[in-house]
Amino acid sequence: MVEHGDIRVVRRGGSKINFRHGFRPTMLLLCASGHSVKVFSTSTEECVHELRGHTDLVTGVVVKPSNHLQAYSCSLDGTIRLWDFTDGILIKTYDIGYSIYSIHTSAFHKGVVFTVTSTIKSFQLVAVHLPQSGDQLVKAPELSAVISDVSSNPGAIVFGRGGEYIASANGLHLEVFFFKKQKTYRFFLKKDTKTGGKNTFMCVAAHPKDDCIATGHEDGKIRLWRNFNHQKEYTYSTLHWHSNAVSSMCFTPEGTNLLSGGVESVLVQWRYNDVSQRDFLPRLGAAITHIAVSPDGALSCTSHSDNKITIIQGIKVSAVLQGLVTGDVETDLMVDPRSKALVLNGKPGHLQFYSLKRDKLLYNLDIVQQEYIHELGLQQFKVVKVAFDASGNWMATVEERKQKDAEQELNLKLWAFDEQTQSFVLNTTVADPHESRITAMCFCQAAASQTTMLISASEDGHFKAWQLHDGPSCLCDFVGAYRGLVPHCCCFSADGSLLAVSFQEVVTVWSPASWELLATLSQPPKAIRNLCFGRLSCSKYLLGTTDDHLLCCWNLLTCSLEWSTSMDISLLLGDPLTENIAAFCCHAGSTDLFVFKPSEPRPVFSLKAVCSGKVTHAVFAPREEMLESCEESSQWLNHSQLYFLTQCMDLMTFTTKAEEEKLMASSKQLLIDDSVAMTPFYLLLGKHRKGESGAAASGESAGRPPLPQGSGAVKELLRTPAHVLPSTSFLCSMFVKSLLVSVGDASEESKPAEEEMESEKEEEDSEGDMESSASRPERGSLARRSAEPAAPPLTKAQLRELRRVKKLDHSWLTGLLRS
Amino acid sequence: NLNVPKARNRKIQMGEFKVHRIRFFDYMPSAIRAMAFSTRTERLALARADGALEIFNFSDNYFQEKVLPGHDGRAVEALCWVGPRLFSAGLNGEITEYDLENLRPRYTVDAYGGPIWTIGVNSQGTLLAVGCEDGTVKMFEVLKERIQFQRNLDRQRGRIISLSWHPSGTLIAAGMMDMIRIFDAETGRATHRLVVDRGAGASKSKEVVVWSIAFLSDYTIISSDSAGKVQIWDGLNGTLIRTHLITKWDVLALSVSQDESSLVAGTSEGTVVQFQFLSSTVDRLDKDWVRTRTFKNHSHDVRALAHTETAVVSGGMDTQLVVRPLLDKVEKNTRESAIRKVSFPHRSLVCCAKKAGVLLFQFPDHLELWRLGESDGYGKPGGSLPVKRGPEKLIQLKRKGEDHICCSALSPCGGWLAYSTVTSFRLYRLLNGSISICKVSKLPKDLRPAHQLCFSTDSSKLFASSSNSSVVVVALNEPECKYLGTLKAKYGCRQPVHLLSASENGKWLATANTDCEVHVYNLDKLKLHCTVPVYGSCPTAMAIHPTTSNLVVVHADQQIFEYSLVKKEYTEWSRRLQKQGLHSLWLERDTPITHVTFNPKNPAHIIVQDLFMFCIIDKSLPLPEAKNVLYNQMTLRSLPEPDRVLHSHGFKICKDFQHLLCVSLLEDHSLVVVERPLLDIVSQLPAPVRQKKFAT
Repeated sequence: MVEHGDIRVVRRGGSKINFRHGFRPTMLLLCASGHSVKVFSTSTEECVHELRGHTDLVTGVVVKPSNHLQAYSCSLDGTIRLWDFTDGILIKTYDIGYSIYSIHTSAFHKGVVFTVTSTIKSFQLVAVHLPQSGDQLVKAPELSAVISDVSSNPGAIVFGRGGEYIASANGLHLEVFFFKKQKTYRFFLKKDTKTGGKNTFMCVAAHPKDDCIATGHEDGKIRLWRNFNHQKEYTYSTLHWHSNAVSSMCFTPEGTNLLSGGVESVLVQWRYNDVSQRDFLPRLGAAITHIAVSPDGALSCTSHSDNKITIIQGIKVSAVLQGLVTGDVETDLMVDPRSKALVLNGKPGHLQFYSLKRDKLLYNLDIVQQEYIHELGLQQFKVVKVAFDASGNWMATVEERKQKDAEQELNLKLWAFDEQTQSFVLNTTVADPHESRITAMCFCQAAASQTTMLISASEDGHFKAWQLHDGPSCLCDFVGAYRGLVPHCCCFSADGSLLAVSFQEVVTVWSPASWELLATLSQPPKAIRNLCFGRLSCSKYLLGTTDDHLLCCWNLLTCSLEWSTSMDISLLLGDPLTENIAAFCCHAGSTDLFVFKPSEPRPVFSLKAVCSGKVTHAVFAPREEMLESCEESSQWLNHSQLYFLTQCMDLMTFTTKAEEEKLMASSKQLLIDDSVAMTPFYLLLGKHRKGESGAAASGESAGRPPLPQGSGAVKELLRTPAHVLPSTSFLCSMFVKSLLVSVGDASEESKPAEEEMESEKEEEDSEGDMESSASRPERGSLARRSAEPAAPPLTKAQLRELRRVKKLDHSWLTGLLRS
Repeated sequence: NLNVPKARNRKIQMGEFKVHRIRFFDYMPSAIRAMAFSTRTERLALARADGALEIFNFSDNYFQEKVLPGHDGRAVEALCWVGPRLFSAGLNGEITEYDLENLRPRYTVDAYGGPIWTIGVNSQGTLLAVGCEDGTVKMFEVLKERIQFQRNLDRQRGRIISLSWHPSGTLIAAGMMDMIRIFDAETGRATHRLVVDRGAGASKSKEVVVWSIAFLSDYTIISSDSAGKVQIWDGLNGTLIRTHLITKWDVLALSVSQDESSLVAGTSEGTVVQFQFLSSTVDRLDKDWVRTRTFKNHSHDVRALAHTETAVVSGGMDTQLVVRPLLDKVEKNTRESAIRKVSFPHRSLVCCAKKAGVLLFQFPDHLELWRLGESDGYGKPGGSLPVKRGPEKLIQLKRKGEDHICCSALSPCGGWLAYSTVTSFRLYRLLNGSISICKVSKLPKDLRPAHQLCFSTDSSKLFASSSNSSVVVVALNEPECKYLGTLKAKYGCRQPVHLLSASENGKWLATANTDCEVHVYNLDKLKLHCTVPVYGSCPTAMAIHPTTSNLVVVHADQQIFEYSLVKKEYTEWSRRLQKQGLHSLWLERDTPITHVTFNPKNPAHIIVQDLFMFCIIDKSLPLPEAKNVLYNQMTLRSLPEPDRVLHSHGFKICKDFQHLLCVSLLEDHSLVVVERPLLDIVSQLPAPVRQKKFAT
């Protein structure tokens, strides 16, 4: 992420859920997601926490074996971080200094984690001794290599029974390292068998109780290895159901079942004792990439290539966590004018509607309306173009299928918005609207016109204008061509009075009303890449970029080139609400962003190295409420927000500092106690209940002092185990004292409260309490304030004493006697 | 252009030779029924569906040492070694012991219990138990010369399909219909009854057959049944421990390794599934039978299995014997680690009359006599020639009696035909260009059933090997045949002679027996001339050179020796060959050389042939170096001239013809090549069980 003044690039859109996840008993699911780790509740499907802190891609998450409330995460930024994931707190950061590709732990190895780091040629597994120290940031200097030449895939390394050995599969060999004997066994397979099997290892799983390793292979076979503590007498049996590569496998904690999955998007459950029996969970939607099972074996979850996690109970789907589906995006990013949702390719053959505001997938719309076959190497229909008209009443989609031998199949579909079902309904299908691929498609965005006009340009050298009526009809209004050249871009002016179509290096300007060629603008040799009309005050300008890195701006009134500059622009985008135009400029492997007004020579905003790689998809999403930012550099974000997709399919956006602060403030509020999962419903109800209790308290406060339940001393007292408590007679006086109305001044009261706020971790609960009380409705807090003098908490000294007593366990008696 | 399947006899111009390519020998091997492996002697006995028995010597490169011809009424269902003695039992209700020296049954005992399904011997080798159709297990005492009925165990309802002795000899487990019985071998009482589950679904109403059973020394019983299960039982308590469902069809055979750490099960699908006795974790001692590997080397039922120390031997309906080495027991990438398939007998079934151009094909129950086709055209090397006159079948001679033909011979002039079964010997005179046939009725008394027959080159004498390695010499004359004498090597030689070779000049006769001895007799004196030094491997083919009188012997381990009969010593070339050693590729071939002939045009040429190639060994050229690549002629021809000289060697291998049963050189210098493609055999097999294939 790059800082620039007060505008930051941030990831949005449930960015890619990658790699493995750890379970805490049936409650929470951890998954690495972009630069952070997300904690999901398995029952409510909500994201409870987002553990932020890593500065690069998080590559692995594991629950700490000795403490199941803490988890390690590792990242390419070379750190391992220890989190308290129930509260979302970073406990420690271990600096390793090398990029980490996966992390593995076992209960057998205390204080050691195993990570995969890269060497010059390949990856190696190293043991990292985590130093015991109180500091937040610790350097871990002790690294020792365990296995060299391993795979970077976290599923290719696994700990065996009780952590006694570790198995790693890479390429065509399986390596098993026994820690006790410090001995490695290697087993090799031939690359291909005579019968066409492909033996490359894909993933590995180890039985928790028996010495049995399961390996998944490229041809879909699963081998169960046994006796692998002999170099020669090892043996394996083969299971075969998958037709494509097995991408992930996992044994259940009892070792009774083996789960496997692959491209077929079917979860297969093999009985370990009787492998001829297996259960299937089909139709999971997309290829399975990872499988994890909760420690108690009740739940298992699969993550899929379409950025989805399915939580499975038994052999039934119990919950689905769906992020932004990022497969290969062929369509441009679009914003649905009605729902303000981001629209792009979703599931195969679908369009997804993704709410940017709630960062949640709304729904997938089936465009192709054909069964998708989950198999590698099949050519199936793909949605390649989508366009919305200004009102959101019409949507046009183009789907195509290119097969090796057969002719290209092309469909133009027009969808009308149905008010009753609140979704798009197929209105018209035009089979083969053009003879060749459609290169561009756009609606006339002018609100005034009665009929809606759609322009489609194709590689066959024509562009067509389609008239859309309310009934189920669609008329080809005009077919245009220019010197047999291939049109690449088309663009309507904001008022719909002009249509610009670029034919290779020539830009033609047409009048949609009369279909008259008004002007041709041409520019030195290279073809036009992007076209964009200026808006509002700049509507007389037409901008275009060419293949030879030129950005040109034509004045349409004079039909002449206003200015041009040399830039390698990969994407040119106009903000529909302002005059601003955003240009993504590819330079030296990374992308720079310029926001400018065509009429002004200086850019409004520029940001170097927004992200690495080329940006090919971006969109301006109008804001629902205007942002009032006074700073000049962030003013362009006031009306709409700019979203873009990076090359690794992460959805990014730009936010201002003010916005971020607001966001952080709201996320602070979400700190809740760990017994109840955080859901909107809970937030609503929970707040309400607190308010009630507060109101009740205020009612009571008039009569008699409220019980000092909130007092730290009493809490401490109730929490401490009975066998380490001092005698009741001793405690009694302290307890009674705590009930007494304090006569000390107010400053004494407030001091412990303040100190509690910044005290150590042990007092987190009370801290949480204080914070939640701050967020209570005004009425409750008022009541509390009035009640506080009535029930004073213990003095600091008393508290300390009590805590000491609790900690000392047995030595407390002598201390007391002496005092 | 070489493969026109319809042409049954074609002539092909092949560089030096005109080749008769023959594919009309419709030899069909018989299905494998039973197998028994003797660890002590490393020999495998194999029974085929037609009653024939074959003995393979596993220590001698899996060579098929002996063949006992079949018998019409004998259907061998089970085989059993008792020390060096071999017993069989069959559905004719008889127990037969075989005389392996004379290659015939020694005696037969009727068990009087209906068809016998199984036979087993206790580990002491004193008692034979047979399982009969009437539900009895009958015990026979093994005596020195015969077996004697001892008693019946408790009679059960239903047939006894399989049985197995506990190694201690006190218990017998017997597989029956729907159940397994355990008998106390001393009292004869049944102690346990283990009920075997029937198959699921529609097969619920069908009785389940326990096809095979194994009783291990830790009182574990392994059973395989017709419902596709392999079950593991506790034999002491009679409880089921584990069920492995391995197929939808029958599991027909089981075999346990000697150390009881591994077992294999053969199914009707043609797969062999291995189970291993493994401990579940590294440091614990309790072990479990775990299914591990699956071998699929058969297209049809696997009827018989043997688990040797290093390999799994399987055979079944598809007539092939497959030796699949266990890679965890042998060194990888060696001769031992290669899979072996034995599809054809290791001896010649074709006899070629060199002068007359007539071929004799030997089938178990008849003989066929064919005249080769003719062609007068000339073509370019590798091309095929037009056939002027097609081949014709002259005679089909059916054997008399129930015994199958054991050996046959055709004289080089095409005028005499002889064959023998285990009980009778017959000689025929062929007249009028081999069209009419008449039996020679007056035969000398000494001419008894023979193991091997051979005519002298001038067709004046017939040599017939008989018992105790002796050879009977008979002079063939028109009205009657005269006994000339018997050639005997020395006292105490009892093994049968399996190779006979007479020299062209009529002076020498070489014999080889399965004790690896090669004797050469002087035919003028009818006396032993010399004995070739005994080599440790069995001779598979031999011939005497027509001009130099050198004897060329090829052994089962692929070694070649040349022995000068005049000097009574190995020749210079043979010594050189032994010193340098043969090329590893030559040694790794898995079929033995079955025929040796010479090229009369070039005395330095030896032509040898196995199932997959024939090779012209040019003694004048240097031998291939062990470290060099063994180029075949095709590659050599494509090399540039200097390289060709550099890489050329004395072994000219031709692999144009596959599944060769005979390569012979006629007098007109044309080569006769008899092929029997495996595909033709597979196409004649019955349909295998239907299996669901993925994506069909």
